[in-house]
Amino acid sequence: MKIHEYQAKELLGRYGVAVQAGSVAHTADEAAEAASQMKAESGADLFVVKAQIHAGGRGKGGGVKLARGVDEVREKADAMLGMMLKTHQTGPEGQKVRKVLIAEAIDIAKEFYVGVTLDRVRSMPVIMVSTEGGVEIEKVAEETPEKIIKTWVDPMIGLQRSQVSALAFGLGFEGPAIKQAAKFIAAVYHAYEETDCSLAEINPLVLTEQGDVLAIDAKINIDDNALYRHPDIAELRDVHEEDPLEVEAAEHHLNYIKLDGDVGCMVNGAGLAMATMDIIKLAGFEPANFLDVGGGANPTTVEAGFRIILKDEGVKAILVNIFGGIVRCDRVAKGVVEAASKVQMTIPLIVRLQGTNAEEGKAILDESGLKVETAILFQEAADKVQAALS
Amino acid sequence: MSILVDRNTRLIVQGFTGKEGTFHSEQMIEYGTPLVGGVTPGKGGKKHLDKPVFNTVAEAVEKEGANASVIFVPPPFAADAILESAMAGIEVIICITEGIPARDMVPVYHYVKKEGVHLVGPNCPGVITPGQAKVGIMPAMIFQPGNVGVVSRSGTLTYEAVDQLTREGFGQSTAVGIGGDPIIGSRFVDILSMFQADDETEAVIMIGEIGGTAEEEAAAYIKEHMTKPVFAFIAGQTAPPGRRMGHAGAIISGGQGTAEEKFAALEDAGAVIVKNPAALGSTVRSHMTPVG
Repeated sequence: MKIHEYQAKELLGRYGVAVQAGSVAHTADEAAEAASQMKAESGADLFVVKAQIHAGGRGKGGGVKLARGVDEVREKADAMLGMMLKTHQTGPEGQKVRKVLIAEAIDIAKEFYVGVTLDRVRSMPVIMVSTEGGVEIEKVAEETPEKIIKTWVDPMIGLQRSQVSALAFGLGFEGPAIKQAAKFIAAVYHAYEETDCSLAEINPLVLTEQGDVLAIDAKINIDDNALYRHPDIAELRDVHEEDPLEVEAAEHHLNYIKLDGDVGCMVNGAGLAMATMDIIKLAGFEPANFLDVGGGANPTTVEAGFRIILKDEGVKAILVNIFGGIVRCDRVAKGVVEAASKVQMTIPLIVRLQGTNAEEGKAILDESGLKVETAILFQEAADKVQAALS
Repeated sequence: MSILVDRNTRLIVQGFTGKEGTFHSEQMIEYGTPLVGGVTPGKGGKKHLDKPVFNTVAEAVEKEGANASVIFVPPPFAADAILESAMAGIEVIICITEGIPARDMVPVYHYVKKEGVHLVGPNCPGVITPGQAKVGIMPAMIFQPGNVGVVSRSGTLTYEAVDQLTREGFGQSTAVGIGGDPIIGSRFVDILSMFQADDETEAVIMIGEIGGTAEEEAAAYIKEHMTKPVFAFIAGQTAPPGRRMGHAGAIISGGQGTAEEKFAALEDAGAVIVKNPAALGSTVRSHMTPVG
């Protein structure tokens, strides 16, 4: 699960990570009030207004603006709130800005990168730091991998002080900032560990002109499997940031991801669902979605699946691919018949049933009077998609 | 011969009396799997499905000589269940449970490695040696004893591969679903090395997915050590980057983990690449002749 920058900073702050002071605002008035409060407390007069959307690359899209004085904060926040912010991660239509973060501008001396994630090769967390702050870390990894320093946390011994101080030295910190940077990195790691993050990324971490070490931006992803033990974090989920169709699908325990193709598909199991997308492509078409109905392919879930797929107007045909193991194909077939008649299917429907009671399932479909092409073999299904669309 | 489980296995079920555990235990017993009992804390001393129930794994090891365990325990307790088995001396642990937090699996992974215990999963369909032992949730009727080893990250796609093999006349030595999580006990390399050492396995089908680098590790192993033919398919050739395709591990991030890269690495290692998931069986057929 992704959370917003302001939420990530709040969370990191709880674990002793030094973060840039700021306040979230839903309206221009709230933004102005936040700025005047900060001004009263610290005398600050230069602020940053930052759009709070989950996608990265906000700065380039116009989602991060400098503002001098309270009035300019109000003005910039007003312009930003409600805008459709387009970044390389949002897709062409952009993401609506519903909240902005008002933060004091910082005099930056140097920018760094700090990230913690799971290293799947070593099966343990890895802390990565780099002097190339403010740049996408993937780009650094590709172009100048020698500028990334890594240390791994062995679960048997935990993170050692010497590891974090080596990272701080490696980043070239000097004087009292060395200790601050080491403490900062350790705090980020502990926040990562204790809140079950799958990613905790500070980019940039800055050294201010005043000599302080501070997080200017923060990105945190939480392991969905661990949300049950963090009810407070689970509440931070922002459904506005998710595709409405994907949210609807999740309510029916369907795992749906919208893509841009012309053939919709509904499959049981993630691996088979990806393989079905692949065979659609091999047949000369593009998959319109990923949809895993899991183990519960019953009339209700199949109907929900059809409705969701059909909301995508680009879909020209639907391929259902069920490998019945524990799920019996005759029951799936009954579900398909029931669901297809309810949703008034007008585009070609191809159903491939294989596994337990596949022949019985096929017979139910063939005799249903429904306009449906049936198949037993995987290739047969792909061929029927091709025949239906050409 | 076969790998991990066979007719001499003495299997127990952790989470034996729960709904999932009961359903699948019935299926496993019906298949003829040597299932000697189960563990449900607090229900020790009772009988379930005509088999003894124990409070602890250690007791099941002591009284029934259990040497393998299959786990159906809910996610918050599953990592502990794996450790309990490992500490009690169980040699093969197969964890079916889906949804275990990655943080819980990190120490478990390193502990079982250190102890030399074989852990398969979590979030996997299990392991089956056809005709001898079915340890997991896979549908029995598609399998047939034979000489092709199957190793896969996914569930239903494994069934698809096995079904195609069986239709082409190729039985399976053992089929292993290694699971779709970021941290799993056995990776492709671990299972490939067992198949390489197994007398009965003559060829291996490997079914990978986008995300991670386990297939690239496998490719390096195949290049160095495998003398048996390996047929490889990678699911997710059409998956877009940055989107997690169902399994927690199936995500292309930072340009890494694409199907294209994995196919290239495997091809370079000498594996036979199968790009069409409907052609798994026929590709094996075009390279080999079924025995008997």
